Amino acid sequence: MGPLNTQPPVENEGRPLIAPGHDFASVSDKISAIVLTKGTPRGWYFGFAIAFGLMMLLLFAASNLLMTGIGIWGNNIPVGWAFDITNFVWWIGIGHAGTLISAILLLLRQKWRTSINRFAEAMTLFAVSCAGTFPLLHMGRPWLAYWLFPYPNPMGTWPQFRSPLVWDVFAVSTYATVSLLFWFVGLIPDLATLRDRAKNRASKIVYGVLSMGWRGSAVHWHRYETASLLLAGLATPLVVSVHTVVSFDFSAGVIPGWHSTIFPPYFVAGAIYSGFAMVMTLAIPIRAFYKLEDFITMRHLDNMAKVLVATGMIVAYGYMMETFMAFYSGSQYDRYMIMNRMTGPYAVEYWALIICNIAIPQALWSKRVRNTIPALFIISLIINVGMWLERFIIIVTSLHRDFLPSSWGMYYPTRWDWATYVGTIGLFVALLFLFLRFLPMISIFEMRQLVAETDEGAKKE
Amino acid sequence: MAANDNPHQRLDLVTIQARLKEGSGRRYWQSLDELADTQEFKDYLHHEFPHVPDQSPGQVSRRDVLKFMAASAAFAGLTACTKLPTEKIVPYVKAPEEIVPGRPLFYATAMPFSGIATGVLVESHMGRPTKIEGNPDHPASLGAADAFAQASILTLYDPDRPQVVTRQGRISTWSAFLDAVNEVRAEQQVKKGEGLRILTETITSPTLADQIQNLLKQFPQAKWHQYEPAGRDAVREGSRLAFGQYVNSYYRFDRADVILALDSDFLCYGPGALRYARDFADKRRVVDAASTMNRLYVVESTPSNTGSMADHRWALTPQGIEGFARAVAQQLGVSTGGGATAAPAGIPADVIPALVRDLQNHKGTSLVVPGDQQPPALHALAHAINHALGNDGKTVIYTDPVEAHPVDQTQSLGELVAAIRAGSVETLIIIGGNPLYNAPVNYELRNLFFPLPTTPGGTRPPSKVKLKIHLSLYNNETSELCDWHIPGAHFLEAWGDARAYDGTVSIIQPLIAPLYDGRSAHELFAAWLGEPGKSAHDIVHDFWKNQRPPKDFEVFWETSLHDGVMAGTALTPKVLKPTANFGVGSGSSSSAAGDLGIIFRPDPTVWDGAFSNNGWLQELPKPITKLTWDNVAMLSPATAQRHEVSNGDVVELHYSDRSLRAPVWVSPGHAEETVTVHLGYGRTRAGKLGTGIGFNAYALRTSDEVWSGSGLKIDKTGERYALAYTQFHHMISQDNKEVEEESVAAFARDLVRVTNLDDFRKNPDFAKDSEEKTAVGDTLYPPFKYEGYSWGMAVDTNSCIGCNACVVACQSENNIPVVGKEEVAVGRVMHWIRIDTYFQGGLDNPGTYYEPVLCMHCENAPCEGVCPVGATVHSPEGLNEMVYNRCVGTRYCSNNCPYKVRRFNFKLYSDWTTPSLVPLRNPNVTVRSRGVMEKCSYCVQRINAAKIKSELEDRDVRDGDIQTACMQSCPTQALVFGNINDPNSRVAKLKAQSRNYSLVAELNTRPRTTYLARLRNPNPEIKG
Repeated sequence: MGPLNTQPPVENEGRPLIAPGHDFASVSDKISAIVLTKGTPRGWYFGFAIAFGLMMLLLFAASNLLMTGIGIWGNNIPVGWAFDITNFVWWIGIGHAGTLISAILLLLRQKWRTSINRFAEAMTLFAVSCAGTFPLLHMGRPWLAYWLFPYPNPMGTWPQFRSPLVWDVFAVSTYATVSLLFWFVGLIPDLATLRDRAKNRASKIVYGVLSMGWRGSAVHWHRYETASLLLAGLATPLVVSVHTVVSFDFSAGVIPGWHSTIFPPYFVAGAIYSGFAMVMTLAIPIRAFYKLEDFITMRHLDNMAKVLVATGMIVAYGYMMETFMAFYSGSQYDRYMIMNRMTGPYAVEYWALIICNIAIPQALWSKRVRNTIPALFIISLIINVGMWLERFIIIVTSLHRDFLPSSWGMYYPTRWDWATYVGTIGLFVALLFLFLRFLPMISIFEMRQLVAETDEGAKKE
Repeated sequence: MAANDNPHQRLDLVTIQARLKEGSGRRYWQSLDELADTQEFKDYLHHEFPHVPDQSPGQVSRRDVLKFMAASAAFAGLTACTKLPTEKIVPYVKAPEEIVPGRPLFYATAMPFSGIATGVLVESHMGRPTKIEGNPDHPASLGAADAFAQASILTLYDPDRPQVVTRQGRISTWSAFLDAVNEVRAEQQVKKGEGLRILTETITSPTLADQIQNLLKQFPQAKWHQYEPAGRDAVREGSRLAFGQYVNSYYRFDRADVILALDSDFLCYGPGALRYARDFADKRRVVDAASTMNRLYVVESTPSNTGSMADHRWALTPQGIEGFARAVAQQLGVSTGGGATAAPAGIPADVIPALVRDLQNHKGTSLVVPGDQQPPALHALAHAINHALGNDGKTVIYTDPVEAHPVDQTQSLGELVAAIRAGSVETLIIIGGNPLYNAPVNYELRNLFFPLPTTPGGTRPPSKVKLKIHLSLYNNETSELCDWHIPGAHFLEAWGDARAYDGTVSIIQPLIAPLYDGRSAHELFAAWLGEPGKSAHDIVHDFWKNQRPPKDFEVFWETSLHDGVMAGTALTPKVLKPTANFGVGSGSSSSAAGDLGIIFRPDPTVWDGAFSNNGWLQELPKPITKLTWDNVAMLSPATAQRHEVSNGDVVELHYSDRSLRAPVWVSPGHAEETVTVHLGYGRTRAGKLGTGIGFNAYALRTSDEVWSGSGLKIDKTGERYALAYTQFHHMISQDNKEVEEESVAAFARDLVRVTNLDDFRKNPDFAKDSEEKTAVGDTLYPPFKYEGYSWGMAVDTNSCIGCNACVVACQSENNIPVVGKEEVAVGRVMHWIRIDTYFQGGLDNPGTYYEPVLCMHCENAPCEGVCPVGATVHSPEGLNEMVYNRCVGTRYCSNNCPYKVRRFNFKLYSDWTTPSLVPLRNPNVTVRSRGVMEKCSYCVQRINAAKIKSELEDRDVRDGDIQTACMQSCPTQALVFGNINDPNSRVAKLKAQSRNYSLVAELNTRPRTTYLARLRNPNPEIKG
């Protein structure tokens, strides 16, 4: 078999999607070994311990919040939303890359997605979990959150369907459900592989149950293909719709800085932007730590960097139009809003956002930068920060000075704001660590498919 | 009959009977059941009652299982619910007259403030007072009530009020006190009262004065002193300078067309302020181009509410004000006793001649009002000017003093101090007040009460006064060092009487028995007079019985109680002529170059410190500065710039060998080179709320320079102090040079619309929104038709004086919680109505504009559409309603509110635990819990009460039936609520005026609360 693989798989760019020298067995071995045979590396314990600690911080902060109230945060009148909704939108946005990679790129038959789609999807799920905590916690009376669902009740009360928050409930819960299903369905063949390779009884049982009797028959494969295509079809509109609906939270409002028609496309682009940045932030250390450079190749990183440039430019266009429209509209409120962003008390955050999201990522036009891993890592981190700042600016600077100057105020985060935010990062990373340890982070069967296609390609030559 | 397709034979009662008959032998049956236990009977049953489930006994059906499961689950849920505490209902054995549960009663009484009465009506629910309102029949109220009066209900229920008599800090009893009194009485009777001293605050109560006089008769050597830190010594002494006797003067603003206020805040503070504000506003009401307005000139040092209403205002130092008054007097031909005086610096040359011409053109309809804190000489000068203008008897009325025994109080306290120092005071009875906190610092009263050791570390010498007795509402700094402290009764707990600014007597009738066994001064003096058992009611009642003809006295008494005023007791006006030569010396000492002047003023919300423990007043944003929970050292922007300080910088104030640290507040329009400090803070024993906040300005105040002095130096300490304010987060730039965005934006956004009366006459529609802005009717949907009532409000900014009465009224009516300084500082104050304040013009003397903002009750309410649970909805009468128990607290409504009038319970702000605060609450308004949004409801409880009443009487609600709490308390009637569907209602007429406009109309929210533009009436002869 060996010689067949001397030629790497070739796509339009001529760089390998999988490093040369792999066959079915080596792929399966390499990926499943992380879960089954290699044991838990010391670094994993270390990382997980930190993440778990931060997760406990989230629990602590949330408990205090439930006991004392939203007042432990810095929110006030006029800034009714601040870190809470900023974090919500940020996390939801991060999730979008996973769905985009797994659904849209699948439909577009972009082969390079294979090695990153599994953990990108996992990232989506975990990000949505983090995102979901905020709308819940930000409520004054979170124990009544179920009132936002239309459920039959003797009082005949119903959600108020004109409110974008109700649309949010539907958008986000649908998104979470579809993402979970898609991810799990995709995992089934690999779970079966793990079941078959598992040595100890407990793993055999757990993976056995989870693989739902997968035997790899043609019928199974057929059904699998149909299901994943259908789910991809379902997930595709969600990539666009979820963040569109999230953007309605703002654009349906009357507040200058919120009341804008550009929000839906600009939010979706921003979501993909931040999502890819996060995938990159995660992929770079993981591939180094687990020695997966063969599977997540420079080709992948290069492609993702290009997506970043593209979406980043859309976001930049959004900022530009926002500024332009503020002056073009002739509305003094909009004009004041944009001037206040640029020169007011939050000007530092605004310009930091411009630098993080627009200025620095321009370096990605350069091929050299795209092929320098430390540079990519740092830029991806900067974009993550920038996208967080973007949401903060949209929410806080719009609210803190609106129509009546008598009600102008300031927002300062408290330590509980930070604890909740950092805590969700802990939750996210802890979940990710568990995922890396117990599930195949790269789709084994899809990689084997890639190997097979590579073989065919080689044969043809 | 339908065919019987039952396989079994059909059975009916006839066949059962037949079967019974046909049985062989004797057949016994125990019951019909036994008999019926046949398939036939079952079929029969099923046929007759088809809905009865087909089941045999002992067998449980699937349906039953489900039912039981559901029921168990439901009951399991019940047990999980909070167990309600057992509350016993105790019915009245004899139902009191007139008390109908759920329906409040209103009683007329009066609140004494610095001794002067203001008539109030107190709302009482089932015997507990819940709200204080103005008494429309009382001349000093006319239905309005100020912030102090309304907040005093909170003081009544204050859990920090002392609850027991204490002797040297240990719990004692009233009877033990009476024993002690008898002992001293016996002792003093021998000495004819030598060594017995009484210290009271200002007393207008005829009954109490009579008691004290009787006491002084019994003990001829005893002496009565009076002291009040924010009293009216200068007014009294000024009248004596001018007329050679103490004279009370009050004003008739309803007759004044041109008013010159010499640092007088007559609209908001002092006796008769509510009445003055009403009369003043009535002379400024503008309906159309034909309307006229009075004209107000103000010179003042510290920006005040009255100053902000002025048509012309100049900021002058205290010396400057005196110079200004002299210049005016001279040009009017009034002898000032001194040489020629030039107009003070900062006043353009054309001002005083123009002002004098204006005054001269209005002889008999002009008025010069000197401030209570101005020196006596200025008061005398004002009397002379008013006389020269022929105003006496027309706009200024002179009567006998309202006080029972007018004295120069600073001097009176000084005499007491001298006597104590001489060791000639054995027994001191202090009624009310807090002299150890607020006496002039050079009297060193505290040291006399509680002498310091002569050698460091040595023992303290004994107190200079053997027996000190203090009767007061709070166990304060003075009570702490007295031998006896008797808890005082609140004015809502005890009988009494007092005179109003014009002498009208009101009987103070209690609304509730003393909550904490408090005693009134009447009871205390009764004990000293040897009648310890006599109740305050009997004392007051008997006093008046002796004063009045016996015929029909009880009718007179009852009528007086009912009306809240004693008819015909106003003092008769006197005709007086000021003496020509009253020798006005310059009251101010010259100061070294570089020194600053210092001005002491009572605090706008806690006054002299008497209201320190009142959370409503502490959290009430002080007019103009919008500060809460603190006092500050106020200075002008230029002075601040020169000393390189800005808001929140802590400075050390050095004044007459004493020093004090205080945070700075830069106040636009403040006099240059002068610092104003407010009294009433820095309390060390005020209660849980009032202790330890702010700085004690009394620590700098001496008996020589009570209200202003010179020779102040300030040093920047480099420290910062966090102040909590509700507006002006960015009012002035850091270098104190220019006004920053807030006020500029307010005018750019047309939130405040103002013009001169002359310009208004030329263009009455100046305030109208352009069509482009309003866009009313630009909708595809048919508008909702409001049939019947359609509520709305009009706010006349031309009348609003920014006095804060509405804010406290709303807080009291709607159970609005107090959140504390830290929460105010982060922007979580809960007031449903706020007085937005904006400045226009230069920092040295800006125009100040008030705009009360409450919920707009928008027709297209942005809050309603975004609530995910429908917790804020529109009523068919146009109200924007808040459903508290549906609110989940997303705060989206507040974010989307262009007016930011919504308030959120970020924490559990309402006090649910303190038992004494429970009866304070209005039972018709929900006490909100944590996590719930709230806002102005237009007092929906009052709307509904009026509707219920009108429906019972089979009529429509009449205009004026519904008064929202804010509207009711407003002394100038700037807020008017009513049915805008009724074209004859006051609100509809106001809204029809050309001055009517909406805030941010271009959003097409279509607010129901609209504003009437402000007008100014400057003298055309004075430019700039």
